[in-house]
Amino acid sequence: MSEQEKIIEIEVLRYRPEQDEKPVPQVFKVPFTDDMSVLQGIQYIKDWLDGTLSYRWSCRMAICGSCGMMVDGVPKLACKTFLRDYYPNRVRIEALAHFPIERDLVIVADDFIEKLQRIKPWIIPKEARTLEQGEYIQTPAELDVYEQFSSCINCMLCYAACPQYGLNDKFLGPGIIALLHRYNADSRDGAEAERMQEIHGHEGVFNCTAVGYCSEVCPKGVDPANAVNVNKTKVAQDYFLRFIRPKAKGDCE
Amino acid sequence: MTARRPYKRPMPGWWRKNPYFVEYVVHEATACFVAAYALVFLAGLLCLVQGEEAWAAWLAVLRSPWSIVAHLVMLVAMGYHSYTWFKIMPKTLPPVVVRGQRLSPGAITGGGLFAALAASLLVLGLAWGVLQ
Repeated sequence: MSEQEKIIEIEVLRYRPEQDEKPVPQVFKVPFTDDMSVLQGIQYIKDWLDGTLSYRWSCRMAICGSCGMMVDGVPKLACKTFLRDYYPNRVRIEALAHFPIERDLVIVADDFIEKLQRIKPWIIPKEARTLEQGEYIQTPAELDVYEQFSSCINCMLCYAACPQYGLNDKFLGPGIIALLHRYNADSRDGAEAERMQEIHGHEGVFNCTAVGYCSEVCPKGVDPANAVNVNKTKVAQDYFLRFIRPKAKGDCE
Repeated sequence: MTARRPYKRPMPGWWRKNPYFVEYVVHEATACFVAAYALVFLAGLLCLVQGEEAWAAWLAVLRSPWSIVAHLVMLVAMGYHSYTWFKIMPKTLPPVVVRGQRLSPGAITGGGLFAALAASLLVLGLAWGVLQ
């Protein structure tokens, strides 16, 4: 048997709201070569077997963060996961866990997008500088504090890995808190007090019970569990220090 | 009218579906054994306050076969709890920089386990010393 003739079974959890009461599995037989990703397998299905299959994708190289899905129950980027690693077994594909399914492999990401806006994921300069004054200088040590968190591509795999988010979607969640930390920890930024408002209280950092799976599944080597847990200490400090220091703007009440 | 009908999947038995979650739930569950061990010690302390007779009774309970089995179970549970606790520790600490180098997760976990072992041996040594 030549390599081109290998066939893998891909089981896709389909959900077509106009005809399916709830999601149902459908199995496709897909010919594949060793260099084919799961995403390419899905594209084969769409092109040759069933054109109604819906999924998100764009860059095919693990930077756009669009093709996140559950592969054999594990949150993965479909473009960064290879069919050869599952062959000769059947590979099961499902929309990202913990999010509502819009259709087939497409999830409703509105909640994530809304939270992303809420934490102001951009640098709010500590001091306004004009062009003439030049750039904001940062040392390598200052960069090192937040650099890994800036690798987040908003793929939401960490949300699919977080049972606490699945059980309570009011929880701000790992990825958003990692991004919040990325900007708070940036020496050029001055909006920490504003952002901390979002992670005080039960639906902020303290909804996290340190499962830690979010950091395991991150395809970009970000450690969201660390961002969440470091901020637990910070929030606790804010809470107790308010009794002994003068009130500043943004303190929790 | 919209044709949208987003489907929210239920999560029955979610923790059994992934080995990582099983480890997490077992880790959380072993905390009960840690609490139980603390209660055993607390009972000992209360007996000590009540006098010699109560103290002797507590010691007699500790020597019963049931108590020894229970202590072995608690020892295993505490061992597992400590191991999984220190395994997650690198994720809970801010960057630890030693001589300009960030400490690796392995070093933090190893350091924690070593500290736990050293503390246990110290307590054991002290108890042994008192008994001699």
